[in-house]
Amino acid sequence: MSDTVDVLIIGAGASGAAAAWSLAETRMRIVCLEQGDWPRSDRYASTTRDWEARRMGEFAYSPNTRRAAADYPVNDDDSPIKIANYNAVGGATVLFTAHFPRFHPSDFRVRSLDGVADDWPIDYQTLEPFYAENDRMMGVSGLAGDPAYPPKTCVLPPLALGRSGETLARGFNALGWHWWPSDNATASRDYEGRARCINLGNCGGGCAQGAKASTDITYWPAAVRAGVEVRTGCRVSEIRCSDAGRATGAVYFDADGVERFQAAEVVILAANGVGTPRLLLNSVSRAFPDGLANSSGLVGRNLMFHPCAVITGVFDAPQDGQRGPDNWLWSHEFYETDPARGFVRGYILEANRGAGPAQSALAGLSSGQVTLGADHHASLRRVFDHTVGLVAITEDLPEEHNRVTLDPVLTDAHGVPAPKITYRISDNSRRMLDHAVARAGEALRAAGAHTVRDVTPLATGGWHLMGTARMGNDPARSVVNAWGRSHDVKNLFIIDGSVFVTSAGVNPTCTIQALALYVADQIKARLASLFD
Amino acid sequence: MTAFTDRDLDILRRLAGRMIPASAEYGVPGADDEAIFADIVRTLAPAAGTLSPLPARLADAEPDAADPALRPILTAVMLCYYRDDRVLVSLGVEPRPPFPKGFEVEEGDWSLLDPVRARPRLWRDAGRM
Ligand SMILES: Cc1cc2nc3c(=O)[nH]c(=O)nc-3n(C[C@H](O)[C@H](O)[C@H](O)COP(=O)(O)OP(=O)(O)OC[C@H]3O[C@@H](n4cnc5c(N)ncnc54)[C@H](O)[C@@H]3O)c2cc1C
Repeated sequence: MSDTVDVLIIGAGASGAAAAWSLAETRMRIVCLEQGDWPRSDRYASTTRDWEARRMGEFAYSPNTRRAAADYPVNDDDSPIKIANYNAVGGATVLFTAHFPRFHPSDFRVRSLDGVADDWPIDYQTLEPFYAENDRMMGVSGLAGDPAYPPKTCVLPPLALGRSGETLARGFNALGWHWWPSDNATASRDYEGRARCINLGNCGGGCAQGAKASTDITYWPAAVRAGVEVRTGCRVSEIRCSDAGRATGAVYFDADGVERFQAAEVVILAANGVGTPRLLLNSVSRAFPDGLANSSGLVGRNLMFHPCAVITGVFDAPQDGQRGPDNWLWSHEFYETDPARGFVRGYILEANRGAGPAQSALAGLSSGQVTLGADHHASLRRVFDHTVGLVAITEDLPEEHNRVTLDPVLTDAHGVPAPKITYRISDNSRRMLDHAVARAGEALRAAGAHTVRDVTPLATGGWHLMGTARMGNDPARSVVNAWGRSHDVKNLFIIDGSVFVTSAGVNPTCTIQALALYVADQIKARLASLFD
Repeated sequence: MTAFTDRDLDILRRLAGRMIPASAEYGVPGADDEAIFADIVRTLAPAAGTLSPLPARLADAEPDAADPALRPILTAVMLCYYRDDRVLVSLGVEPRPPFPKGFEVEEGDWSLLDPVRARPRLWRDAGRM
């Protein structure tokens, strides 16, 4: 097909879905190209007895382990943190654990408040109505009144506290520290055609119940009903550009491997913080010899991950095991900057369930808590169903040497260069991780844990991909403007985590989606003068 | 596809049995149990080409969980052992997939939140752009 569409969205994940739905009301012709397929919830890991094995194979977080037809390889050898993603309609929300914290107001003003990195060109108040709209579309559970946030309403009641939650709450209370039930995009009650959570656990293997708000079951059905076309199995290789510096459309390989061109008036990139710079860098033209929209040289730079630590405690009393949503309670005690801590910015601690029996055995064998041989059974029973964890998500500050480039050798199945990741954990992040491991250990011990172990940094935790096409007012220091339009290419927009100026110390997806809704809203409001 | 030899299978079975021996105390078979071992062999079959021939030392040495060479075998043994009905029942786990029945999680005591509700706000004012 080569007829020109009004809007071409590349990527059907968290952000692409939100923007498609929002723009659909304009009645423009909107097509989304997605390299993966529609997921089948009846095939998710928790539907079969071998669910623990399938989570390590077809539902592994790393595309290099899954190696499915929809995946592209990522060379992350030069990074202590490995890329986690999922390539399908719904994108990584198919596997995400739906922890849904907003940014704090201070996260948009880190230069002004703490003298580091850069301020965002927008603020919390700009995004507030879009956070709220996104909460409604995704069906977010939570509890109003959290002193860590400006007042906000909640769509659904909070997820159950459970035994594990009570345990953690007692620990935090003993220390006088903040905790609160998390905002989580998992429905605690039936909501908009989605059935309530029945505590399958395994959110990271896809939600067979449909309680978790992956965008294939939230935004996409509404967008498709409103006329948006999603073309699956279509891998974009480059965005073409005219000599006048306008995007003309995208070259892609369709599900049969046939190379095609889709012309478009507006191109919106939503391929995530790694997929988007990869495409821009692979889109070389006379007008943009260093990659599309890259006159600043910042495409691919300032990659941020959120270095994570997982701290687990083992308790004498039985806990909830893997039953229930993975993350359902948070602490923002160490979120806002306190110079006395020896680092700038901060982190959240999010509660983390235990694991199934095989994963408990494997994790216990790695940490030395489970043994092989005669004592295996007793040692496994000490940890299985008796473990609760905390994950520290630390703010990663932007550094230009942390980046996505094109691998000179590795390609995907269609010959498109694979992304190569070069990343180092900063000294500030290391100090923050040390602090978080020590504080989480205190909280777990105060909660009654007799043994505490940590995995720091969590190598498999590259699930938050941000910063590689940053937003800003200065075209020399940013890739897109304050409403997501490329400074260089006036009909090219970016709406995924690439545009983050800083990472905050919370999971990013509700902010990615609020930004996507905000950019879509700006497009709608400026239609008459969009390319000026 | 390369298959395991009888010698490999003998080594593998003895290794699995030493990793997880049967236990009368917990009423569970070892990982060398016929059904469990068959599952382990099926699971490892695609890797037979890289694992075979298994080194003879694995037959009698005490298995070391930290030995990187043992990792694929260790993983397969744990995944297969802990999906056997008899083993799950002894752990108090219903032998079924999580979906569609799901699980109960207690609502919990929300009065634990009272001291946090009483706290002053934690977030900083950032002003407007
Ligand atoms: C295991 C896991 C757990 C997570 N848990 C959380 C959590 O609890 N909370 C949270 O906030 N975030 C979480 N995340 C992160 C979250 O999923 C992402 O932040 C979010 O999905 C990013 O949205 P996006 O639109 O930028 O990209 P994605 O959702 O990654 O979507 C990008 C889409 O673009 C497609 N695409 C890429 N390149 C091309 C191409 N060349 N041609 C065609 N299509 C292409 C991909 O196939 C993909 O579907 C988790 C992620 C993982 C993997």
